Amino acid sequence: MKDYQADYIKLALPKGRFLSPTANLLARIELGFEDYGDNTRQYRLCSARFPGLAAKILQEKDIPIQVAVGNYDLGICGLDWIEEFLVKYPAGALVKISSLNYGEGGIHVVASAQSGIASLDELSDGRSHYRIVTEYPNLAEAFALNLRMRRFRIFPVWGAAEAYPPEDADLAVLWGKSGADMATQGLIPLKKLLPVTAFLVANRESLENKDLSQILMCFSSKLTTGTQTSPEIKLNTLEEIKFSRLSWQPKEINLALPDGHQQNPTAQFLKRTGLNFQGYSEEKLNRRPSADLDWLGVKVIRPQDMPLQVANGNFDLAITGEDWLKEHLCRFPSSPVKKLFPLGFGAVKIVAAVSQEMPVVNIDELRLLVQGSTDLIRTTLKVASEYINIADKYLRDNHIDPYKLIPTWGASEAFLPEDADMLVDNVQTGKTLKQHKLKIIDVLFRSSACLIANKDSLASSDKKERMEFLTQKLQAGPK
Amino acid sequence: MQNQKCKGMQDLLPEDMLRFRRIEDVFRVCCRNWGYQEVRTPTLEYLYLFTATGTLSPSMLSKVYSFLDWDGWSGERVVLRPDGTIPVARLYTNNLGGKELARLFYVTNIFAFEGTGRENRERWQCGAEFFGGARLAPDVEIIILAQEVIRRLGFSNIALQLSHAGLVKALLKELKLSPGMEAKMTNRILEGNWQALTKARSDNSEIERLIAALLSLRGKSSSFLHNLRASFPKASQDFKSSLKDLINITTLLDNLGCSYKIDIAAIQGFEYYTGVCFQFLAANKKIGGGGRYDRLVPLMNGKDIPACGFALYMDPIMELLPLKQDKRSEYGILVQGKELTPKIVKKCFTLAELLRDAGYPAELDFLGRKESDYRWVILVSGKESSPFTLTDCVRCQPRYIGATIAEILKAVSEV
Repeated sequence: MKDYQADYIKLALPKGRFLSPTANLLARIELGFEDYGDNTRQYRLCSARFPGLAAKILQEKDIPIQVAVGNYDLGICGLDWIEEFLVKYPAGALVKISSLNYGEGGIHVVASAQSGIASLDELSDGRSHYRIVTEYPNLAEAFALNLRMRRFRIFPVWGAAEAYPPEDADLAVLWGKSGADMATQGLIPLKKLLPVTAFLVANRESLENKDLSQILMCFSSKLTTGTQTSPEIKLNTLEEIKFSRLSWQPKEINLALPDGHQQNPTAQFLKRTGLNFQGYSEEKLNRRPSADLDWLGVKVIRPQDMPLQVANGNFDLAITGEDWLKEHLCRFPSSPVKKLFPLGFGAVKIVAAVSQEMPVVNIDELRLLVQGSTDLIRTTLKVASEYINIADKYLRDNHIDPYKLIPTWGASEAFLPEDADMLVDNVQTGKTLKQHKLKIIDVLFRSSACLIANKDSLASSDKKERMEFLTQKLQAGPK
Repeated sequence: MQNQKCKGMQDLLPEDMLRFRRIEDVFRVCCRNWGYQEVRTPTLEYLYLFTATGTLSPSMLSKVYSFLDWDGWSGERVVLRPDGTIPVARLYTNNLGGKELARLFYVTNIFAFEGTGRENRERWQCGAEFFGGARLAPDVEIIILAQEVIRRLGFSNIALQLSHAGLVKALLKELKLSPGMEAKMTNRILEGNWQALTKARSDNSEIERLIAALLSLRGKSSSFLHNLRASFPKASQDFKSSLKDLINITTLLDNLGCSYKIDIAAIQGFEYYTGVCFQFLAANKKIGGGGRYDRLVPLMNGKDIPACGFALYMDPIMELLPLKQDKRSEYGILVQGKELTPKIVKKCFTLAELLRDAGYPAELDFLGRKESDYRWVILVSGKESSPFTLTDCVRCQPRYIGATIAEILKAVSEV
């Protein structure tokens, strides 16, 4: 563990959008990672050509930080995530080596076609407060500060930023394929912040001290100089683009429904309640399903983002997981969001797990191990988690000291044992953990889908009657 | 041993604190004598207080410690105070806005990120702000007050440099740059890159000559500014009125016998200045600066109250300030118990209390330390009749065995 591949050159490879083109590139430059492809089920790869080269497949968002902290010598990910890291941590040990000449679209600042914001100049006049929704909070803050926006608030989201304007945000900073593509979603691009191309990045210390030359040569030999620019519609032709007309009207009550894994069970649950949401159970994702009740607005967003959105009054009610509500309340104890009742589906356990090789069976033994500071754990316990605030509280409450948190965007099990010593994550059956030779040492709590509400909405005399009507309907669902 | 201190933060050790308190004490006394009242603002402020144009420059904004606090669900970011003046202007607007005139001073720390971690990210400053009042006199007042503090700290070779934000803004306007270019140029200037001004192409050759003159010449009296006015008659009205303002201030300073250099580049990286700006240098280090900022209070939705102020930077001043040793060897008293018995301890505590009540510092010791830098050492034994042995460490007189309390008080009072 401690010496795991210490002399290896370690490469972080992306999942998701850049997996296919990166696999093609690696095949062309013959790095010897035949197993890296769309169908790969494993996280760890060894090069068939270079015995000293190992790779791990990670979420793209995690790669800049993993390379910067030195867990990987080299990494491949999009420029957006690199700049998101560097704009906040300019002194971070992350070096851009070269563009890999593939990628698509760019990071744009957009407003809704219905918002009445048509140019950037209108934003710095200081008259309004702007709400900015984004997966890139650091880039968004830098943008707002540079533009001298007098007052702004940034709402980081896990996804679906395009669904927020105009009613739930004034601006979004998001990835978009092209101006035309964004126009079909009813969005006006105000500024392109950067193009999204894949980049090869390196850890500064590795670059200064470790011989990476063979691998770097493979990359540079096949890379043509200059970045390919994808054909993109220029902004001045936007007038010709037809903006999709969203039939959005302000509604008295707003409800958020989850996308992703929770969508199917939620749709089935809603059927049992007798509430009808057209477009929610369809295969093609519709972010704005319509309800039979004309006073009810419905939007489909990430369950992770719901507590914050409900707290801010963008939604009165939402269906999310108890885990995400708890994560939110650990961070913001004064938040005006309340759990109404569990809905009886989507049950998971939030657990702490470590490698099967670690000689501990519970958190007390782990604490003794950390205090004893044996060779097994390098003084500081590294904990990977999607739930950083829950994990932080759990570690504090259990007097684990010292520890470091590694925020992840899912698949925390991929981090153990090389890049983290412990994870705090949700499990349904525990099968995945076993496959990765991990064992559960504690169950933090059990979580299932629940209905959450904004406290002010509950107390509002205007909303009370309709909120009660809805909650009664939903309460009947589990039976 | 592992260094557990946060990167960029500093510990102030006893010697540092001696210097720190000396600066603070001199500053407080001077300010009070001039009629200023002390205030203190919170460490956390809302970010939006600093984001509007005319507050902090973008390069400073990119270095603030901003984050979401426990109430951050609303998305409102807070910052660790990145500047001393803006929070005091907020304090004035929130609490004292009804007062036509307010003279305030503060001693505070400010926070700004610094990439290498070798420089301080937490810096201390002593500042004074003058809200309201007529023009000119307050400008001169804060310059002379700052000078008095520096002089009383014992610095002699101090350079005072004067500039004027109105002059710089008028020059930028005359270059007729696009709004985007003008913003970029302003940022460069605020970062200290004044040569960028000379590289800006202008159709107006007189402006180019004026910029060159301002960047190369260093006037030492108001006459220089009169000469400038006479040499560039075609300068804009804005330029001329700012020049007139600076002439009026320098004339007053001339009459007060205050020497200075006019250096257009003597503006710190703040956007909020509107009038005269100044900075103080000692041994080529900036030790303070300030100026007039008439737009800040209205920008915070306060009344149209003009204001000016200055801050002295404690960190460079502490480095330059000679250390005045603690005068323990002149009047320090060590009360030393011979043994750690209840009887001796009681006698020691009683004697030390009597000495402190009489106004003398008295330190206790039961370890038998051989300390040399006290003026007096009083050894306390368990003997009923003559428990005290007094030693004068400076005059090396023979020990006085069996001294009474009255005799001890008499002896130490002779210092």
